[in-house]
Amino acid sequence: MKFTLGWLKEHLETDADIDAITEALTRIGLEVEGVENPGEKLAGFRVAKVLTAAPHPDADKLQVLTVDAGEGDPLQVVCGAPNARAGMVGVLGLPGAVVPSNGMELKVSAIRGVTSNGMMCSTRELELGEDHDGIIELPDDAPVGVAFADYAGMNDPVIDVSITPNKQDCMGVRGIARDLAAAGMGSLRPLDDIIGSLPKIAASGAGPDVRTEDSEGCPAFFAQSVHGVTNGASPAWLQRRLAAIGQKPISALVDITNFVSVGLGRPLHVYDMAKLTGGLVARKAKPGEQLLALNGKTYSLDETMTVIADDAAVHDIGGIMGGEESGASETTTDVLIECAYFDPDHIARTGQKLMLTSDARQRFERGVDPAFLDDGLAIATRLVLALCGGTPSAVTRAGEAPSQPHIIGYDPNRAQTLGGLAIAPERQKDILENLGFRVEPLDANGDPVDITGRFEDLRVTVPSWRRDVEGSADLVEEVIRIEGIDKVPATPLARIPGVAKPTATPEQKLERKLRRTAAARGINEAVTWSFISEGEAAPFGGGAWTLANPISEEMKVMRPSLLPGLLAAAERNLKRGADSVRLFELGRRYLADAAGKLDERATLTAVLAGDKTPRGWKHGKAQPFDGFDAKGEALALLEAAGAPVANLLVMGDAGDVWHPGQSGTLRLGPKNVLAAFGMVHPRVTAAFDLDEAVAAVEVYLDAIPGKRATGFMRPAYTPPALQPVTRDFAFLVDVDVAAGDLVRAVKGADKANIVDARLFDVFTGTGVPEGKKSLAVEVTLQPAEKSFTDAELKAIADKIVTVASKMGAELRG
Amino acid sequence: MTTDIDQLRQDLLASVDAAMSLDALESLRVHALGKQGAVTALLKTLGKMSPEERQSEGPRIHGLREAVTEAIAARKAALEGAALEARLAAEVKDMTLPVDATPQGSVHPVSQVMDELAEIFADLGFSVATGPEIEDDWHNFTALNIPDTHPARAMHDTFYFPEGEDGAQKMLLRTHTSPVQIRTMVQQKPPIRIIAPGRTYRSDSDATHTPMFHQIEGLVIDKGITLGHLKWTLETFLKAFFERDDIVLRLRPSYFPFTEPSAEVDVGFSIEKGKRVIGGSEGWMEVLGSGMVHPKVIAACGLDPEEWQGFAFGCGIDRLAMLKYGMDDLRAFFDGDLRWLRHYGFSALDVPTLSGGVGA
Repeated sequence: MKFTLGWLKEHLETDADIDAITEALTRIGLEVEGVENPGEKLAGFRVAKVLTAAPHPDADKLQVLTVDAGEGDPLQVVCGAPNARAGMVGVLGLPGAVVPSNGMELKVSAIRGVTSNGMMCSTRELELGEDHDGIIELPDDAPVGVAFADYAGMNDPVIDVSITPNKQDCMGVRGIARDLAAAGMGSLRPLDDIIGSLPKIAASGAGPDVRTEDSEGCPAFFAQSVHGVTNGASPAWLQRRLAAIGQKPISALVDITNFVSVGLGRPLHVYDMAKLTGGLVARKAKPGEQLLALNGKTYSLDETMTVIADDAAVHDIGGIMGGEESGASETTTDVLIECAYFDPDHIARTGQKLMLTSDARQRFERGVDPAFLDDGLAIATRLVLALCGGTPSAVTRAGEAPSQPHIIGYDPNRAQTLGGLAIAPERQKDILENLGFRVEPLDANGDPVDITGRFEDLRVTVPSWRRDVEGSADLVEEVIRIEGIDKVPATPLARIPGVAKPTATPEQKLERKLRRTAAARGINEAVTWSFISEGEAAPFGGGAWTLANPISEEMKVMRPSLLPGLLAAAERNLKRGADSVRLFELGRRYLADAAGKLDERATLTAVLAGDKTPRGWKHGKAQPFDGFDAKGEALALLEAAGAPVANLLVMGDAGDVWHPGQSGTLRLGPKNVLAAFGMVHPRVTAAFDLDEAVAAVEVYLDAIPGKRATGFMRPAYTPPALQPVTRDFAFLVDVDVAAGDLVRAVKGADKANIVDARLFDVFTGTGVPEGKKSLAVEVTLQPAEKSFTDAELKAIADKIVTVASKMGAELRG
Repeated sequence: MTTDIDQLRQDLLASVDAAMSLDALESLRVHALGKQGAVTALLKTLGKMSPEERQSEGPRIHGLREAVTEAIAARKAALEGAALEARLAAEVKDMTLPVDATPQGSVHPVSQVMDELAEIFADLGFSVATGPEIEDDWHNFTALNIPDTHPARAMHDTFYFPEGEDGAQKMLLRTHTSPVQIRTMVQQKPPIRIIAPGRTYRSDSDATHTPMFHQIEGLVIDKGITLGHLKWTLETFLKAFFERDDIVLRLRPSYFPFTEPSAEVDVGFSIEKGKRVIGGSEGWMEVLGSGMVHPKVIAACGLDPEEWQGFAFGCGIDRLAMLKYGMDDLRAFFDGDLRWLRHYGFSALDVPTLSGGVGA
């Protein structure tokens, strides 16, 4: 909210300067967002009188003036304005002044050979209006030599504060003044002093015909009419005040409502009675009713919205915005002033539905003072009488605003036990009373006593303009913010004795391990958007969660996989010239279970694109990534995660987004998939504009079995006494036999003696029949007590050949 | 006899010296010291000598044997050394040739800072809590004392999901990590000390805002917790995080529906080499929002606000990372540009520890 220092001082008696005031505002929770003094840019411009005017000797359109700038000898000034003439009073820019409209610094200069000691200025040059037909003409009695900014009342800094949603009272300058006064920045001037000079109301005739049929949305509708007004432009002081805070002056009647709204936080609405048909009623809108609002837009209303209507039409979206048709205009002679109380919740819902904000909504939504309807209306009426004349009617009061005062039992020790700052009860009482609270110390019997004496409790009555204050915590906030939150001493949290205990959960430890393993393996961690486009989600079966109000089509669907974000990032990197891309992300996939319930799954996904190794003198050509690189990463990550890697099954292809012949899953048992790996399906890479083969890994953190807590003790160290023995076996098998299956079978052939089986060669070609391949397996045998005899070795070999033969494998000769 | 031995010695030593290969040296050894060798033959004569003769000839013959043996060994070592030199000379490689580059992985600054925060807060007794990012209306708003019509809802540009069947809760993307407060208080018995880092979302996109960002929430619920504890905790945390002792905080009264009293917290900065550096108090930067947990929030979680009270705070992790490590563009955090990730990322081994300092 914006206001000027001058406006503030109308309500606040203070000697404080602008710096002290802005500092205090921020300190008490009214954050200053900016301070601007429009007068600053007028430094060096003065009220000056033209003494003589003579034609320029060498230029037809120029005159040479002598100007009295208030001190010293008259100055010679060259001027091109047609209205420049002896005797007029205008505005002179002295050398050194900077012209606001163009940033030019004025200097003593010669214009066509004649020295000019400054410039007589137009309205436009000073950015005070559009007029550039001539120089500014001030009244003859304008004080020559005075700084123009002071004369024009522009040396009035504009303060912009951010008002938090709880501070209804500070949506008016007076409320801000009250807060500042409580904070020791002066004293709040009584309202009567401020409005005392306005004409008194001598009501004549009955009040206007208004009523409310919507006691929930509009519990109170007060109104007064003024007949025979003249609605011209408002006086300069009012125009200046509104313009300073960025409000466009419109007409006296409209400006009055804005003045009262900003000054006192009391929104009003004025109707041109000539445009009304019958009385006004506050009621719920009828479905389909429309209103052309003052912002030029038409709004369709529904039955939840409170409107003000006459017999013919809706004229106002109650408490939010008035209608174009019945608003006050220059021709208005009879005006109806509405001062109503609209329910904050209703206003909020209507405003949200219509997506319409206004100064009025901001105030009604926070809540306006329900006890200030009569006074607010009277002040508005008196301003109308002062500025527009006319004869006031009586006041019509339909309904009543909620007025039950809120009372809180308050223990002043709470300032210390909650706020951490000990403040004497007397001081707390002062603070609260300065803010408008009534504070009554009560003894154990509930009888009033003195604050300095023994009291049991404070009975605190909340002022009508503070609907946000509900309980003792709110009162603590009030006293702390006024006393100074900076005074709260930092108090150490009690430390649990000893060295800090570990706090990470198993899931967090797993994430950390996986993240740092991936990074240690040369992969760069990325963080990509959780939302992707529908198109990107499509190959992954679409997303289970689509935003109703996405920020763009690209960020619409919660990702069912981390691959889209990483593939898109890989593509961007390759396009930027990267040769090799290794990216991973550890984040969530957003799925839904069969019942549609949320299922967020922690997942680590990595993509490997571009060159695995660049061309080099040692290896020749650049090598691309293949599915085995992905498998390697998957196994390394699972190993780091503590998964029983030796027991994992490699099964099947990994699904639709993977290359059907170059992908697989790593499972613990047939159902529990710990990871998927392989080459990404060419259709998917093509969808991401990747023309190169991309390998990828997905590790499903939730599927990795947790380690059982077994303490720190390792099992006893018992290395075998005897050396292991290795034997090689080469088998001929059908080409479609999975090598992994054969190796697994071999390894299981004699569990007592075989400790490892490792495939070391795959061969097709000369010597191997068509449709077959040769698989060579190195088997490691571990003797226990004594070395194997030849017979024992033969027996083991036979077992190996037997199990292999069950898979159609035949030992090569 | 004497002359023979001297002559033989002279001849043998000359031949050893002249032997140009290990093979030649070996045949020379056999010729002199082998079973049929000349020196061996002389040794054999000792047995037939009279004691007097043996007295005089023995030392000379043995002397001969030793001299020849030594000479052969020395020559052998010399020849072997020369052979090795020659082999090595043939094995010269251009060691200026480049080696294979090892790909350098990195940890994202957001992850690193989360680890740093977890480390600092672990020392203060805070554990790490998590919650879903797709939240329901109750946890994100209602339980946090933000009813439907509350003007504060306008402060949150919320991403919503389409409404389900009647009665189903409105689902949304959490606008802050504060719902984790609720989940924790509902599930755990006080005393509670947690931090909750994670992704958060608001429908907001400009130079300094992205629709997705990271926040960390802190929550302490206990008996007798005051605003003073909040202040100390934030000061302590920021000093540890920035590893500076001149961290100055400025609390400003503010408003959050879920805290009462509420305060926004500015941290002082100074200008070093034209850049804002945290520490000192040449200017103020807003870094977090905080306050004493609202009694209504405590009650909404099934706890008695007369018995339990505490504080909560929320802070942007991306912003903390930017302030500490100097990034100036938030959007780059989520672009996956390898150049950026390598520039601002961290080594896998940069695990934050209290003993080593949490920063890297």
